[in-house]
Amino acid sequence: MELMLDELREAAVRPITKPGKWFYLLAGFLGLLVTGGLAAYIYQSIHGLGVTALNDEVFYGIYMTNLVAFIGISYGGAIVSAILRLTHAAWRAPITRLAEGMAVVSLIIGALFAIVDMGRFPHIWNVFVSPNPNSPVIWDMMAITTYLMATLIFFYLPLIPDTAILLSRSSQKFQAWRVKLYSLLSGGWKGLTTQRSRLSTAMNLMAVLIIPLAVSVHSVLAWVFAVTSREGWHSSIFGPYFVVGALFSGVAAVTLVVVAFRKAYHLEKYIGLKQVRYLGYLMLALGAIYLYFTFSEFLTEGYTQYQATVPLLQSLLAGNYAPLFWAFAVGAGIIPVLLIAIPKTRTVRGITVASILVVAGMWLKRLLIIVPPLRQGLFSTPTPTYHGTWVEWVITLGALAAIPLMMMIMFRLFPVLPIHEMEEIATEESEHALKPAGVLNSGVE
Amino acid sequence: MQIENPSRRQFLKGAGALAIVGALSGVAGIATLGGMKKVAGAEKMNMPETDRQWVMVIDLRRCDGCKACTTACQKEHYLHPEQEWIKVYKLEGPSGQKYNLPKPCMQCEDAPCVRVCPVKATFKTSDGVTLVDANKCIGCRMCMAACPYASRYFNWKDSLPVPSTLAKPTPEFPVPQQKGTVGKCEFCLHDVRAGKLPACVRACEMRALWFGDKVADLAANPDEVVKLSTLINSNDATRLMEELNTGPRVYYIGGHGQEVNY
Repeated sequence: MELMLDELREAAVRPITKPGKWFYLLAGFLGLLVTGGLAAYIYQSIHGLGVTALNDEVFYGIYMTNLVAFIGISYGGAIVSAILRLTHAAWRAPITRLAEGMAVVSLIIGALFAIVDMGRFPHIWNVFVSPNPNSPVIWDMMAITTYLMATLIFFYLPLIPDTAILLSRSSQKFQAWRVKLYSLLSGGWKGLTTQRSRLSTAMNLMAVLIIPLAVSVHSVLAWVFAVTSREGWHSSIFGPYFVVGALFSGVAAVTLVVVAFRKAYHLEKYIGLKQVRYLGYLMLALGAIYLYFTFSEFLTEGYTQYQATVPLLQSLLAGNYAPLFWAFAVGAGIIPVLLIAIPKTRTVRGITVASILVVAGMWLKRLLIIVPPLRQGLFSTPTPTYHGTWVEWVITLGALAAIPLMMMIMFRLFPVLPIHEMEEIATEESEHALKPAGVLNSGVE
Repeated sequence: MQIENPSRRQFLKGAGALAIVGALSGVAGIATLGGMKKVAGAEKMNMPETDRQWVMVIDLRRCDGCKACTTACQKEHYLHPEQEWIKVYKLEGPSGQKYNLPKPCMQCEDAPCVRVCPVKATFKTSDGVTLVDANKCIGCRMCMAACPYASRYFNWKDSLPVPSTLAKPTPEFPVPQQKGTVGKCEFCLHDVRAGKLPACVRACEMRALWFGDKVADLAANPDEVVKLSTLINSNDATRLMEELNTGPRVYYIGGHGQEVNY
């Protein structure tokens, strides 16, 4: 048992102690992309939003899509850490740190797009000086900042014992700043029974809190669109539709992060095919619900053949947006579901491919939710289709690179596996193993 | 609508660029002098501007789609060619009849744009016009998403150069427009409150555009002043997207080039 725990601790700090040569190569490459994105943003700040392909008809585009897509991805953290924690799914333990880390990072990047998309960011202080509580934008800002705080707390809580464990490892000599940081974060953790029970209470409380918070964030994001009178946006289904979409893409993103870190730091002993498969099952279920929502939306909207609805649906199903729509439906819907459903492709590789398709396809779906309804109606003009400019794409690429880069840096600081939580579960399991016929007694605690 | 009067018409024309308040007072004065039946509301001529309720009436029968209104508006506000605060759509009716639809801001009574603005940058004035305080606007464009009439325009780039003699921009006269903020038709409140008709109404050669005040119940174009309620009622004027309950302040008299009788 002691030996196993030592091994676990060694594996959890592997990114800190032995990042490997490729780490700097990859970090350098991603850093280059992020720098490019930042440079493009500075260029945009100087010249104004006119450097984008946005116009008075299509005034929301790639940036708004990124906002919804990246915040959506952060839901992977909420589902793995909160929902699975509350249902006592022990298999989730090794991937919680990765999932929560990704939630923090992608939420920050997603929220930053609210700023990137803003015409005059320096005037943001007006939001505090004269806020209009009736505005969905205000709801959004409140929901996102609250959710970000909760996500940070959720990421931090299990780090209290883990940073203490890092310091206690006599075999490991840390630089002075690391010792300072870890002792600050560990907050005098000694592993006392009272400390353990308090931490456990706090974690459960946060797990309960973070679910309505997560639901509120994407509901509010959906209502930014749904409270307008625009055809294709004004839909009562939008709140839950967005929440399910976020969970769907979030689980896919967690899968990608888990698979990448598992491979890079040889964590196969802790993160097995089981974890990847279970994430795959979650993805399968959420994907089916999302497709059902899409079908339900299109059927009810399309059946009545309202004057304003017909051109919108036509452009999506058979018109100029049809290639993108069917790429989503087949790429993010049917293929991933099949890859996970068929036992032969239910491998790490197969599920990884499915996850990539889902993340990319769901980004596309958000673009299709946002852009086509902007171009319909009585007052539409025959403007050319919106494709974005290099500025929009370079900033997007930079943001896309920032997520893995920030996670790589994050796990140079903190253990990639939740040491304390995994040890608790291991102890619990070994205790149970001593009891005869544990399964038959499982109802009696 | 028998308030047409050649002498008044001449008088008004002679006055050159008509001041709306002046014009309305002129009507009242002349009507009294000539022993004519007073136009209803004429006694309210001396009330403060803030007590007025500005509206616009657009006679589609007269509009020939020349876009003189658009050009005049852009010149008045130093706007880019694509910023058509009053935009003329060439549309086709159900039986194939072609008509032109000039569309300014509807200045909705219950404006969706005002409701969604996170910083209260867009607001209603007491005389019923929706304005934008560019100093507050953060450029989130939520108002554009909420506006069912597509009447809002973002400043993607700097305004056209304005003469240095212009006063500092105000919500009533937002010139020059500030990059990164949203702009829109402001019923030329700067002119209207100074007793002039809006730039588009002044520029419309077809006299398809009327500017009016609901409280005084008068509507004017550069040639004539008529009773607003009669103009609206006897011509069955309608408003756009009535079903949205936004309460537009722009009335349309339907048609496409028919002879106008009144």
